[in-house]
Amino acid sequence: MASENPTASEYIQHHLQNLTFGQHPDGSWGIAHGAKEAADMGFWAIHLDTMGFSIGLGILFLWLFRKAAKKVSADTPSGLQNFVELMVEFVDGSVKETFHGKNKVIAPLALTIFVWVFLMNTMDLVPVDFLPTIAAMLGIPYFKVVPTTDLNATLGMSLSVFVLIIYYSIKAKGVSGFVGELTLQPFGKWMIPFNLLLEGVGLLAKPVSLALRLFGNLYAGELIFILIAILPWGLQWALSVPWAIFHILVIVLQAFIFMMLTIVYLSMAHEEH
Amino acid sequence: MNLNLTLIGQAISFAIFVWFCMKYVWPPVIAALEERSKKIADGLEAANRASRDLETAQEQAAQTLRESKEQAAEIIEQANKRANQMIDEAKEQVIADGKRLREAAQAEIEQDVVRAKEALRAQVSVLAYAGAERILGATIDEKAHSEIVEQLAKEL
Repeated sequence: MASENPTASEYIQHHLQNLTFGQHPDGSWGIAHGAKEAADMGFWAIHLDTMGFSIGLGILFLWLFRKAAKKVSADTPSGLQNFVELMVEFVDGSVKETFHGKNKVIAPLALTIFVWVFLMNTMDLVPVDFLPTIAAMLGIPYFKVVPTTDLNATLGMSLSVFVLIIYYSIKAKGVSGFVGELTLQPFGKWMIPFNLLLEGVGLLAKPVSLALRLFGNLYAGELIFILIAILPWGLQWALSVPWAIFHILVIVLQAFIFMMLTIVYLSMAHEEH
Repeated sequence: MNLNLTLIGQAISFAIFVWFCMKYVWPPVIAALEERSKKIADGLEAANRASRDLETAQEQAAQTLRESKEQAAEIIEQANKRANQMIDEAKEQVIADGKRLREAAQAEIEQDVVRAKEALRAQVSVLAYAGAERILGATIDEKAHSEIVEQLAKEL
């Protein structure tokens, strides 16, 4: 905690503050204390908590799946292999339903997105004060445990997807085809600037909407958990349990939507219009 | 809520995770899944084939059984026919034998009769000679009169 008896707004702000490492305006390096210091650090600062949790969860995902993949066999599966196969089959089915071309990247990409985003979202179900309190005992002033409530995390993923969209668009249609797609429709060659504006917005909306949807859902969910945590102790139970149960649906759904939209965008990139 | 280096860090770790997943997680699992589905398909096909084979074998067995039955019936029929034939043949043989025996007996009897007649004739001629001798009281030249006697005997 920043102070011993925080007001409600201090408490909320504290919970929404990332552990930011960067250069202070005075030239020294260190952790930002408070939102203003973090904002002053500008672009060259890094959220240690977001990075730590996302990388940790990513490694957990890959370690678990790699463990199963090493021992995988075509005989009767059991335990972990069952689970991993279930996930792989589910993702493979989703990809094959939507994407009909040949691409070795999309399916593993979709699997990574689904499981990783799901794991990051799941951090939302950890009681809001649990990990930050432990972190505070260890001397860490700010600790935001859900990476997907950090716009940097979701935007980082969606921009990677955006790069892939552009890459596969050019690969499938060539530079001229891609540029033509952006400029020559929907109104033909006499309206090129207008077409470019329209299509450009459409193209840019993809990563932005992808990132903001996930971020918005999880941020709002986290905020409600924080608000519930401010309430008197007895009420917390009555509200946070139903919200958490509802949230189980949200975290899976948002991970699935992120995956599905990625597949859809990439399959659109492969198709000629 | 400021955008900063975390964005790039996140993108890099995302890329690494995707690469790792693509390289070390996805291929073995999907290969195992495909292998298993192939195994299952093979198993189903084998089961199908086996049931088809069974059907064929059953049909064949039934066919063989039917043929054997037919053959057996044929053999029995032939045997019956042959038996009847043999009986008939035996009957005919017996009849023919009987006939032949009877004929032989008849012929013998006739021969005996003839022979008896001959003997009688000879004796009659002798008796005639003797009678004639007695009657005439003289010897008759046998050679001169045998012709007459034989003719006489023949008339008997």
